[in-house]
Amino acid sequence: MKICKLFISVLILLPLLSTSGCQLNSKKQVLATTESQVKIRSIQTRSFDSNNKNKVMRSVISTLQDLDFIVDNADLILGSVSGTKFGGSGRSSYQLKMTVSVRPRGESQMIVRANAQYNLEAIEDPKPYQDFFVALGKSLFLTAQNID
Amino acid sequence: MNKRILLYISLTATLFIVGCGGIPKDALILSADTIEERQIQSRYYDTKNEEAIISASAAVLQDLGFTLDKSETRLGFLVASKDRDARDTGQIAAAVFVALLGGGNMPIDKRQKIRVALIVTPGLDGKKTHVRAKFQRKVWNNREQVSRVETLNDLDIYQEFFSKLSKAVFLEANNL
Repeated sequence: MKICKLFISVLILLPLLSTSGCQLNSKKQVLATTESQVKIRSIQTRSFDSNNKNKVMRSVISTLQDLDFIVDNADLILGSVSGTKFGGSGRSSYQLKMTVSVRPRGESQMIVRANAQYNLEAIEDPKPYQDFFVALGKSLFLTAQNID
Repeated sequence: MNKRILLYISLTATLFIVGCGGIPKDALILSADTIEERQIQSRYYDTKNEEAIISASAAVLQDLGFTLDKSETRLGFLVASKDRDARDTGQIAAAVFVALLGGGNMPIDKRQKIRVALIVTPGLDGKKTHVRAKFQRKVWNNREQVSRVETLNDLDIYQEFFSKLSKAVFLEANNL
């Protein structure tokens, strides 16, 4: 009987625990992040040795296409490229959105920053960004460097 | 009794875990199919005139009923879309069959948004122009839920598109 009571209390507690991470006010999402601003910038940013913004942006676009994204928008002056990927199939299908911005640093470098959202979450894990910069490096024939 | 409780607990735990999916590991990794897909989605045209190709592409997309959403010709980029019917006879027949068997009202595809992104780049040899198109669609069912999102990789879609583009490039070059 004791075991039964224990199980019942676990049964009541478990859903409570699972909802404890839930938000009480969804408006908080407007400015919400889970990582610090500096950390997010460092995982999302790399520099490449190139002084040709147009070429770097065209490489970003072709990398996004290789990764199965459809480019939604691109602007040379702003240096931004945005794309959407519809991945998976059936119940496991997902939507991945990404914006990549390119801006010059000094005479010989381009700073590339990518940020992505997977369905309803921001991606703040470094691994997907590393993968993206490896793919972009291949397209540019250059190695991505961490920024200082 | 204990078994039942264990079953409840495992079910609750499963429901709790299901929400924690996260991005698939290979989502941003170039796959082995990349080169093959790139070939299906690309063509080279014997001209250095990037502007002519992009304007011919826009004209072909208009021929096909697409409306242009965005473009940045300095980067050789344009994106267009169209909304169309997505009802499928096979699916309707299956839904009727299920309903006759007492399976209730099965949702069927109703409408779709088809998008195409087109990228024009100068060829590496400096004599040709490279065009890459990618088609994608999002389908909604009759309950207005998104039932499918996919990139279209059917060879015949791309073949037909590029054959139309070749014609348009020829027509525009000859001012027809």
